[in-house]
Amino acid sequence: MTPLAISIAATIASLLLLLVVFELIRSRRLRERYALLWLVTGLVLLVLSIWRDGLNTFARWLGVTSYPPAVLFAIGLLFVILVLLHYSTVISRLVDQNVVLAQRLALLESKVREREPPSPGP
Amino acid sequence: MSTEAAPARSASAAPQVALRRVALVPAFNEERNIGRVLDELRAFDPGLDVVVVSDGSTDRTASVAEARGAHVIRLPFNLGIGGAVQTAFRFAWEEGYELAVRVDGDGQHDPSQLGAVIAPVVAGEADIVVGSRFAGEGGYRSSAARRVGIRILAWVVSLIARQRLTDTTSGFQALNRRAIGLYAVDLPHDYPEVEGLVMAIRHRVRLAEVPVTMREREHGRSSIGALASVYYMTKILLALFVGLFRRRVTPLEDET
Repeated sequence: MTPLAISIAATIASLLLLLVVFELIRSRRLRERYALLWLVTGLVLLVLSIWRDGLNTFARWLGVTSYPPAVLFAIGLLFVILVLLHYSTVISRLVDQNVVLAQRLALLESKVREREPPSPGP
Repeated sequence: MSTEAAPARSASAAPQVALRRVALVPAFNEERNIGRVLDELRAFDPGLDVVVVSDGSTDRTASVAEARGAHVIRLPFNLGIGGAVQTAFRFAWEEGYELAVRVDGDGQHDPSQLGAVIAPVVAGEADIVVGSRFAGEGGYRSSAARRVGIRILAWVVSLIARQRLTDTTSGFQALNRRAIGLYAVDLPHDYPEVEGLVMAIRHRVRLAEVPVTMREREHGRSSIGALASVYYMTKILLALFVGLFRRRVTPLEDET
């Protein structure tokens, strides 16, 4: 069985996570699009922390008999990997877009320079 | 200082309505639809300037629009509908337009119905007018899931607005300068219509709805599929919820 102390600690931790994510979205430091995975992570961990029988049953299915909270860590880790993978794709896209922006800006700048007379003033 | 000092971009002198007015047309790969939309806009009101924002289109959308005399803004890559429309609002704000209408580049909004959408704004009765598919009897065919989604959103937004709104996902809108200034500063990115309305409500912008009928797309597919709708619904509801707790942005205002 899951020790009660662990359930309580895990519940508090998941609630904290949810609260922090909410505050980040509210203050516009995190976009909803990138917050969804975090919210799902927090919710899943919260449910499994509070619902102790559920965690025990789930652990038994996975063959974890000695220490059910290990499943909590495993799930937490799984979600962290998911979030990281998601961020890798996001960063890749940002890099591509950044290249396009730099190119467009450089082309624009060269065009503007060509049109500008060398002497100052309009 | 009034808007008269702004450079006269419009070639034709404004006929009936003396307002400087512009149509904002976001388009992503709509080369087969955009031409007709622009023709119809011209037929509706030759004094209406038209800005097409090509949202990273990879087809001939931009050149087709340019050939028809529209002012075309080419985004270097796809920003999504919110980013594209906001670009248009920025332009409208900087060029001093007093009235803007939003018409999608896919042809589902019928420019000949613009008169009804514009009327409350011109009369000074509303800051934003939304053309609603469900306010009147005009039928709108769509997948069941999508209609349910539209209904849920309308219900939630109506609760927040304390005003009956039937179609919060409609991009067929008319806006006055105050609303243009608000959306030029901040327009939610992924699904701007719903969140934008809630934002407007919190700024005490006056909303009105008029019934319109929308057309089926002629060519191509809508940007939102079935599975994506569920994802969007979750995201919008989250955004709406969080939006209630958010600090308000400072909208752009003309110097007097």
